[in-house]
Amino acid sequence: MIVPFSHVFILAAAVFFIGLACVLARRNLIMILIGIEIMMNAAAIAFVGGALHWGRLDGQAFVLFILGVAATEVAVGLALVVAAHRVTGSVDPDRYNLLRR
Amino acid sequence: MSLHAAIFYLLGALILGSAGLAVTRRNPVHAVVYLIFSFVGSAMLFFLLGAPFLAALEVIIYAGAVMILFLFVVMMLKAESADQASLSLRRWIPPLVVGLLFVALAALTAMREPGGAEVLKSATVAPRVFGRYVFERYWLAVEIISVLLLLGLLAAVQLGIKGTPKGNGTETKTGAES
Repeated sequence: MIVPFSHVFILAAAVFFIGLACVLARRNLIMILIGIEIMMNAAAIAFVGGALHWGRLDGQAFVLFILGVAATEVAVGLALVVAAHRVTGSVDPDRYNLLRR
Repeated sequence: MSLHAAIFYLLGALILGSAGLAVTRRNPVHAVVYLIFSFVGSAMLFFLLGAPFLAALEVIIYAGAVMILFLFVVMMLKAESADQASLSLRRWIPPLVVGLLFVALAALTAMREPGGAEVLKSATVAPRVFGRYVFERYWLAVEIISVLLLLGLLAAVQLGIKGTPKGNGTETKTGAES
């Protein structure tokens, strides 16, 4: 009726790869957090596709928890970025190389 | 190709394209706005795959709350665009090679999986049924998530307090000077 299950899975893998490449290549803490968000979204897509494939609701329930974890992660992560920016005046992770101020 | 399949492939292209644009923008504000497109596209994909409640949550939490939080922080920190070096091709090559291998392997695995070629049947879960299911089977996980959110809130507030968090004497002194 819609598409083969493998296509949903491949889409999720491609989106995950974009987030991973962002985390690996960018040198800006905010862009790294954005990459993590993209990866979590890709996991959610895979879970929803699996829920439809096997006709069970557990996959969709897990997406609910992924949303909660992502919201917490981004709140704490951005607070850490703000705190680190206050100390070093930069959002470049390479600048965070001091053991003390 | 049915209408559903056409919508699926269009949405997939939209999600991939806007996510790809987001991660290559030099200006973080542009990146966040492209990412909102990507998340709205995933919300429509969830709707297509039979999860209307999750689609609404995706728009409200991801495209709404989380991205606005990103925008606030980007504008507060005046995140410098001295990120030029990270957009050089040389830096993108290793992640691209690793990632393409990864996607190729994932595609191969998904194709070879016995159920992989099975065409999905469209079905929809009413929010009421979904909520009942979650609170019957996963009530403990819901409670754990609520505690996690509370802890995240406390941690964010503690980290965000002006000056350094209350530590030992020397730390607070240097914090007051800076």
